[in-house]
Amino acid sequence: MRGSKGPALAFENVAKSYGETQAVQSVSLQIEPGQFVALVGASGSGKSTLLKTVNRLVDPSAGRVLFEGEDVAGLPLAALRRRIGYVFQSIGLFPHMTVAENIGIGPRLAGQKIDTSRVAELLELVELEAEMARRMPEELSGGQRQRVGVARALAGDPHLLLMDEPFGALDSVTRDALGERVRGLHKEFGLTSVMVTHDMAEALLLADRVLVMDEGQIVADEHPQALVGGGGGEIAQALVAVPRHQAERLAELSR
Amino acid sequence: MGLGDQLAAHVLLSAAAIALGIVVALPLAIWASRSEKVARISLAFASLVQTIPALALLALFFPILLSLRSVLGEGLPTLGFLPALLALALYALLPILRNAVTAQANLDPGVIEAAHGVGMGFRQRLWLVEAPLSAPYIMAGIRTAAVWTIGAATLATTIGQKSLGDPIFAGLQTQNWALVLAGCIASAGLALLADTILGTIERGFRDRRRSLWLGGLVAVALGIGAALFAQFGSGEDEDAVVIGAKGFSEQYILARLIGQRLEEEGFAVEYRDGLGSAVAHSAAASGEVDIYVDYTGTIWANQMNREDNLPREEMYRQITEWETANTGMHVLGRLGFENAYGLAVTRERARTYGLGSIEDLARVAPQLTVGGDPEFFERPEWIAVRDAYGLRFAARRNFSPTFMYNALRSGEADVIGAYTSDGRIEADNLTILDDPRGAFPNYDAVLLLSPSAGSNEGIIAALEPLIGAIDVGAMREANYSVDREEDKLSFEEAARQLAERAGL
Ligand SMILES: Nc1ncnc2c1ncn2[C@@H]1O[C@H](COP(=O)(O)OP(=O)(O)OP(=O)(O)O)[C@@H](O)[C@H]1O
Ligand SMILES: [Mg+2]
Repeated sequence: MRGSKGPALAFENVAKSYGETQAVQSVSLQIEPGQFVALVGASGSGKSTLLKTVNRLVDPSAGRVLFEGEDVAGLPLAALRRRIGYVFQSIGLFPHMTVAENIGIGPRLAGQKIDTSRVAELLELVELEAEMARRMPEELSGGQRQRVGVARALAGDPHLLLMDEPFGALDSVTRDALGERVRGLHKEFGLTSVMVTHDMAEALLLADRVLVMDEGQIVADEHPQALVGGGGGEIAQALVAVPRHQAERLAELSR
Repeated sequence: MGLGDQLAAHVLLSAAAIALGIVVALPLAIWASRSEKVARISLAFASLVQTIPALALLALFFPILLSLRSVLGEGLPTLGFLPALLALALYALLPILRNAVTAQANLDPGVIEAAHGVGMGFRQRLWLVEAPLSAPYIMAGIRTAAVWTIGAATLATTIGQKSLGDPIFAGLQTQNWALVLAGCIASAGLALLADTILGTIERGFRDRRRSLWLGGLVAVALGIGAALFAQFGSGEDEDAVVIGAKGFSEQYILARLIGQRLEEEGFAVEYRDGLGSAVAHSAAASGEVDIYVDYTGTIWANQMNREDNLPREEMYRQITEWETANTGMHVLGRLGFENAYGLAVTRERARTYGLGSIEDLARVAPQLTVGGDPEFFERPEWIAVRDAYGLRFAARRNFSPTFMYNALRSGEADVIGAYTSDGRIEADNLTILDDPRGAFPNYDAVLLLSPSAGSNEGIIAALEPLIGAIDVGAMREANYSVDREEDKLSFEEAARQLAERAGL
């Protein structure tokens, strides 16, 4: 139905520089509808910058980004952003709004009010109680806050879900559970998802395509199986080595 | 005297100044949050303003507004509410601006990025995110501004705006501490009340408790509404005759004397007390003030910039002509006494050093301390006397007129620049040194009418009996009756007694 023709997202020679710093250098790639893509790389490799060119939190210095076939530079900014769910690294809940108000902000900006039952439904999707709706963000745990962040991203029925290290600040148990939930939602709603992460293990377990970034360039673009099997080149393998080593140690311990 | 009128005027002036401060500071803060340069320049400007003493800032608006008249028309008020409002608003700017800029700078960048990310435009970001998150900090700034403004508004008295400064300045003049205290307590109480109410609003914003901030806003609105009603509800007279007075007892009394005569003739009157000397003259020339009393020597030296010294009658004639030609003011006549500058010493000092004239003083001056009011040493008369006799003192000290006499008594000053109609000269047993070289000019008290009052038959008829009616003895007695430590009379009572003694 949606995005039936062509890729959901396409980068064409996208580059971004800040003065001397080349944050992103000529990235070209296509993401098909329904894919769950993980974007992995060292700190400062340009992951956030690349992700932000999609909803124009960053305007590229060169190249263009196509969202469902349309150049994002030509789309009205507010409308574009409302069509894309975005989960922020810093969570970014509005501290002066209740959970319900936070979740409803996108539709509210578009001039629609969302009702309590819709808020409850969205809360349920991220496995939160309906009565959380009345709470203020400061009354939530970190994991609960990020769940609300995800619910807010989903409130506008987006086709595309962008996540910038969404679970970075969470403990590993919460992180695992929330990762699974997001993966489930991705399937359930037929989303196209791009998730930035530091953690190769998380990328390998959740995504069906892993992009590795280094110094502003995509240096590997593989299926998780291929990476585990030794593909993707040196930089990718250095990242894969970490969880592999951990797995081996764990296996030794259990022997 | 009841302070209700002054309190209402004070509330309205302060509220208007804070409101204007807010209206200027908030857009500036929004602009500053988008431009580093604007932030730097506007904060530097507001801090600079803050370093100007409030009294000077208030006074500065008089010449500024006067020069703006050539652009904005002659109707532009140069005294009273407008300059007080502008000066106080400038003063209120800094705390509001600084808090608003700081609040904006300290907004969580993650939250701002989220505001962008969910698709908010400039205005939505401002109203839905930045404003509510900054509100408690801005409110704290407004609170500080309110306390400052309410305190500084007492100084508005000096530029002819009614405020709680009226009793303070009148009381300081006559050492009527009860009056000073009443003014201080009222203004401090008002400041505390404003602080409490605004603090409640601030807390309401911070804790997101609607009942608190809404209640606070309602309280503010009620207070301003009550002040408005007190000020205008009772039907303030638009064409009241405005009588000016400079900031010393004699002027307050004479203003009441003039006012009482006019009231008897059915005029409504209003007083602008505590005006600076130069301000009073320009105020009458510009019609802000209709009537006031000045002194020939003052006009001669300060307005006409004359350095020579003419015989009494000739000087008076020239002044009358000069005013008619240059300011359009009408010099109605001389009241009959002189309030000259003279150098006064205690009788013991006069005996010890053998002082009878300023020539005698010149010999011993290097061992003595001379005191004067803050204006005195800047005046051309002082310079003329100093140079005529070659006066050189060991030290020079400034006192307010009231404290000058105390200083003489306590020995902190040996000689003071005194006023010859001052009641304390007789009361304190002071000797005025002779001026054989005639270096001090004449200071005959004259009644000056603004151009419009000068062509008002009714006013002239009401005031004509005052001409030549007040001798220096009567004036000294009236001055002493308000200046003495015990059994002080109010200015109104003193004016009534003076009228009786002058046979009016
Ligand atoms: N607004 C900016 N101004 C200047 N330089 C920037 C800006 N944003 C990013 N950079 C630089 O661009 C490079 C890439 O930054 P980016 O935030 O995309 O990295 P990242 O891969 O997301 O890193 P991390 O994993 O630490 O979040 C870095 O060198 C960074 O310093
Ligand atoms: Mg990043």
